[in-house]
Amino acid sequence: MSLSRSSRQVLLQSRQLSRQHHPTRPSPALVHNRGLPSRRLVATFVAPHHAGAITSIKSNVETSSDEFKENERLMGEAMARLEELTRKVHQGGPAKAREKHLARKKMLPRDRVTALIDPGTSFLELSPLAGHELYPEADVPAGGIITGLGVVEGVTCMIVANDSTVKGGTYYPITVKKHLRAQAVAQENNLPCIYLVDSGGANLPHQSDVFPDRDHFGRIFYNQARMSSQGVPQISVVMGPCTAGGAYVPAMSDESIIVQEQGHIFLAGPPLVKAATGEVVSPEELGGGKMHSSVSGVTDYLAVDDAHALVLARRCVSNLNWPAKSTATGDIAEPLYSPSELLGIASTNLRKPLPIHEVIARIVDGSCFAEFKRDYGSTLVTGFANIYGHRVGIVANNGILFSSSALKGAHFIELCAQRGMPLVFLQNISGFMVGKDAEREGIAKNGAKLVTAVACADVPKFTVVVGGSYGAGNYGMCGRAYSPRFLWMWPNARIGVMGAEQLAAVMETVGQKADPELRARIERETDAVFSSARLWDDGVIPPQHTRRYLGLGLRAAMGGRNEVAPGKTKFGVFRM
Amino acid sequence: MRSLKRARQHLRVPVRPAPRLLASPATAPSLTSRSLASSAASKAPDAASSGSSTCVNPITSLLIANRGEIALRIARTAAAMGIRTTTLYTDVDAASQHARCSAHSIALGPAAGYLDGPRIVQLAKAHGIQALHPGYGFLSENAGFAAACEEAGIVFVGPPAKAMADMGDKARSKEIMTAAGVPCVPGYHGSEQTPEQLRARACEVRFPVLLKSVKGGGGKGMRIVRTEDEFDAQLKSARAEARASFGEGGEVMLVEKYIVRPRHVEVQVFADRHGNCVALGERDCSVQRRHQKILEESPAPALDDVTRKDLWDKARLAALAVGYVGAGTVEFILDRDGGEFYFMEMNTRLQVEHPVSEMVTGTDLVEWQFRVAAGERLPLTQEEIEERIKERGAAIEARIYAENPDRGFFPDSGKLVHLSTPKTSEDVRIDAGFIEGDTVSEAYDGMIAKLIVRGRDRETAIRKMELALNEYEVVGLSTNIEFLKRLCRSQAFIEGDVETGFIEKWRDELFAPRHVADEVFVQAALGCLLSSQSHATALAPSRDGPHGETLGFGKASTQGERKFTLRVQDDANAEEGELVDVSVVQTGVSLFNVAVSRRGSETPQVLQNIVCESASPSATKTTLTTFYPQTRIESTVVRNPTTDGGERLTVFQLGAKTELQLVTPAWFEKALGLKEVAASVVAPMPCKILRNEVVEGQSVEKGAPLVVIESMKMETVIRSPQNGVIKKLAHKEGDICKAGTTLVLFEEDTTAEAS
Repeated sequence: MSLSRSSRQVLLQSRQLSRQHHPTRPSPALVHNRGLPSRRLVATFVAPHHAGAITSIKSNVETSSDEFKENERLMGEAMARLEELTRKVHQGGPAKAREKHLARKKMLPRDRVTALIDPGTSFLELSPLAGHELYPEADVPAGGIITGLGVVEGVTCMIVANDSTVKGGTYYPITVKKHLRAQAVAQENNLPCIYLVDSGGANLPHQSDVFPDRDHFGRIFYNQARMSSQGVPQISVVMGPCTAGGAYVPAMSDESIIVQEQGHIFLAGPPLVKAATGEVVSPEELGGGKMHSSVSGVTDYLAVDDAHALVLARRCVSNLNWPAKSTATGDIAEPLYSPSELLGIASTNLRKPLPIHEVIARIVDGSCFAEFKRDYGSTLVTGFANIYGHRVGIVANNGILFSSSALKGAHFIELCAQRGMPLVFLQNISGFMVGKDAEREGIAKNGAKLVTAVACADVPKFTVVVGGSYGAGNYGMCGRAYSPRFLWMWPNARIGVMGAEQLAAVMETVGQKADPELRARIERETDAVFSSARLWDDGVIPPQHTRRYLGLGLRAAMGGRNEVAPGKTKFGVFRM
Repeated sequence: MRSLKRARQHLRVPVRPAPRLLASPATAPSLTSRSLASSAASKAPDAASSGSSTCVNPITSLLIANRGEIALRIARTAAAMGIRTTTLYTDVDAASQHARCSAHSIALGPAAGYLDGPRIVQLAKAHGIQALHPGYGFLSENAGFAAACEEAGIVFVGPPAKAMADMGDKARSKEIMTAAGVPCVPGYHGSEQTPEQLRARACEVRFPVLLKSVKGGGGKGMRIVRTEDEFDAQLKSARAEARASFGEGGEVMLVEKYIVRPRHVEVQVFADRHGNCVALGERDCSVQRRHQKILEESPAPALDDVTRKDLWDKARLAALAVGYVGAGTVEFILDRDGGEFYFMEMNTRLQVEHPVSEMVTGTDLVEWQFRVAAGERLPLTQEEIEERIKERGAAIEARIYAENPDRGFFPDSGKLVHLSTPKTSEDVRIDAGFIEGDTVSEAYDGMIAKLIVRGRDRETAIRKMELALNEYEVVGLSTNIEFLKRLCRSQAFIEGDVETGFIEKWRDELFAPRHVADEVFVQAALGCLLSSQSHATALAPSRDGPHGETLGFGKASTQGERKFTLRVQDDANAEEGELVDVSVVQTGVSLFNVAVSRRGSETPQVLQNIVCESASPSATKTTLTTFYPQTRIESTVVRNPTTDGGERLTVFQLGAKTELQLVTPAWFEKALGLKEVAASVVAPMPCKILRNEVVEGQSVEKGAPLVVIESMKMETVIRSPQNGVIKKLAHKEGDICKAGTTLVLFEEDTTAEAS
């Protein structure tokens, strides 16, 4: 009675079978036909474990080899340099400025960020080395502004925090650039923006580099207005001065919070007002939190101190009705091999080949990599993998780009675009192949196919420079100009039109009088830190954290309100 | 109907054979203590029982006229015996466990419903219920009620009304006992009740004396008078309390010799309708607070066998002297200095601590009650019981009360936010009336549960008790569990050096300030951090992406250090508890660096790379397993937000409970405008205002009495927390206040001065 129809059928079937099946005479269907002993190949059962073996990368790294140890030593030096630089930058402005800041019962900007984000989540900081040795007259740690991705009430947000211990939080050209970059990231990835405002406004001596041009100060408010119109929430927390143009950050926001007797918003401060009209007024009266929250309505919430303001900001985010979705699926397997071994695999000597499969094996889930066209154009490695549960297509250099490699890359990118799959580029490229044969083969048009595919692919792209990023290789492998959502560099990475040595050699051959300083200068200018200081990337990262950075980047690009639709990409004309 | 009729017939022809001890072959109508002692060892002949003419009339339906654990306990046995059970509940108890345990449950209305005898009898009749079990307390020793039951044809599971009345009247019981040869405490139990007469009697007995209401029990209306001078004042106060507790007639007092180092030893007796009576061992209930028992054990420690047997015999004699039937307890006061014992009173009911006797005799006394009420003979003879006692070792019961030992055992009430109990077994028994989520009402006695353990000897039982208490976790209201653990560890108690003044005598040891280990603060901080994690990010970080890991270069602590300021809730000290800062830096998904700094000491204790795994079974509870450099610690952290916006954290760890307060952030009071409340005094519990001791505008010193309140029938003086001027008295005499209600407001500026 309790048997369902189907189970009754199964039972019936089994009875019939047992009737047919005589115990002493095995059914002829189950024994091999004696007449045809080996002609028929029966479907052999394949255990998932056996099937999985073909996608699992086998590592050949010898951690006890001399090469590994030497790489590790040299990478260690590069790492130590970055560590020291970053620690210094993390402190913020000079000790005196920090003490003054604390004496006013204000929280340091990095503590503000910590208080803002959810416990147990990691803050993905962008370009912490911005502004490093950029201005001869001033040290501007982190460019005077902290930007990055933080999870607030479960929502990944772009956080932009002025550091008023650095030159009063004034905007140097690099500060503007970093602020705009943060907004670009927010816009591309649909991330709500939270501005922790504590800034004296434009840095006046640099006014010509911060005010007039398209990507200068005004663009900040333009972006705010555009993002708000696109439904990307804008929230500001006024924790210090907001003078003149700066006043528009809270004023252009969807919601704003102000700290009483600390945050001030006015188009002109008391000294300017006195000069202009003779009116004598206190900052609190002119643009204090109580005034703006109760009289002018410029701000929406009044906080008693920083910590309170940040709690209010968190509440604002919780009321955004932002989906907490993530596209990651299933259980996540860590790589089979320790990511810390990347320090002995990577090399500071970019002339040495970098075995890219070993790198991939230490970045992707379970070290599983389904390689596409493994034996064709093998200097470019392409294939499918998962990173923290997100399925991605990987395009990675394993030598010079030949025509075949470029064609393979274009093909693979087409596949990923068709499937709405994000792309991860692992760059270590000295360029496309040169020479008579290559040109006759059409390396220019084949390279162009790769560049076209990269440029047009309408899926989130991520680039990690794990070695060199030279010449047209930079284009084909999704350099900054090709709008990857994020671009990170390893400490050993170098970027330039060509290596310093070649550049000097070229200059010599074209007959220019060689500048004795040239080679050293190019050497310096291709350095990862030099790049990061100028925001050519989103930060120099420890190689062993690559997987984490990509994982967080993927979450930002794929989660929340983002939709990556398959087959939406429209490519241009591929020159055949 | 038929069974009812039969029951009535049965009751109309009470068979009352001559008093006789079960073990005794003798049929002598009057027993002397000598004949009792000699006959105790002899075997009961089977013929003695078969000769009786009473028919057995099994109980088939039952009304439990009680609540809480005892109602549940009775229902359990009733179910096992196939008795259809009906329970009662008042409005406050509508959702209580006892009301849910039976298929039939009847509403009684207001909280005092359990005392409404006529209504309960009427309900039993209306529902055709055959028998009624009164439990303990409420109507269990009300002879009028027992008589009313008998009259209505309902079997009252308890002694006959007459026996109850005899024993209930203290003066009369003393007369009967004296006549029967049971030794009584010298005193006056007569009708001369003017203060002068009573004072004269007290002088005869010689001070110190004890003043007690004739209707008394449970320590209510009881006063010790040490000198003649204070006699009048104490009499007045005792009478007032007794009248409030027992109503009309409660003010009739008796005077007794007060024994300075007394032990409270009682004997569990059981008698049937056939004139048999047995003693199921004795219980020592000397460890008391506010004249109420908290630890009860059997056998009584430090008692020689001669005295023990003598106690049993005298107890049986006492029961027989009043024609007792059913379960009863004969209480004796044992003079620790002299070794003599005196009859105190007989409790004509099943007592709270009856499980102790059940454990040492391997019996179910409620089952016995039903069987005796049905007319059966006692299931065991005295010899059989004594055999069992020899085999079964020792048992001890701890009463778990909603009270605060650090504040003079002040009663508490509230919701059981968290309740986790030790695993029960044959040797570990819990009789409880509440489960997690229930509310312990101030309307009734604050006993949450009884924990009873048995061991092969007394020391083992005590050790097992401590282990079981270590696993007993309660959050939501104050309990005496931590105090009970201390008692179990007390050397004096382990040695059996007990007396009713035990707690007073060892006060320093029992209330010694405790040191809170660093790890407790760490676990509390981690508990908060990790529970907020699983709460805030619906997607657990460890499963979804690299959240929680360090990222990039630089020190993890420059970005990601979170501070927790914790205050130790220490009710023993009037001072604010110790303040401790815990800094936590997460360096991996389950990896932390922690620093603990106690305010006032300069070097913080740093603990690097501790691994902590957690689970949050609910929004308020987190269990943690943390590997410290030297050890592994498992904790349960329960967060219990208080009504004033505070966050109370209770940490259970290594068998100890620590209560902490997560100090509110600096902005909290300012942002919420709580300053006003800080300048006030609130009711510590639900109460009635007895009187205001100050007037508005009056300036008071710290510690001065402000308001006298009454709760749980006990008076409490609310004292001023500061020097200040009274701005407003929020309530007048007779007002009923909830816990947390403002009672007194201070002028603001003076508060600022004081703080």
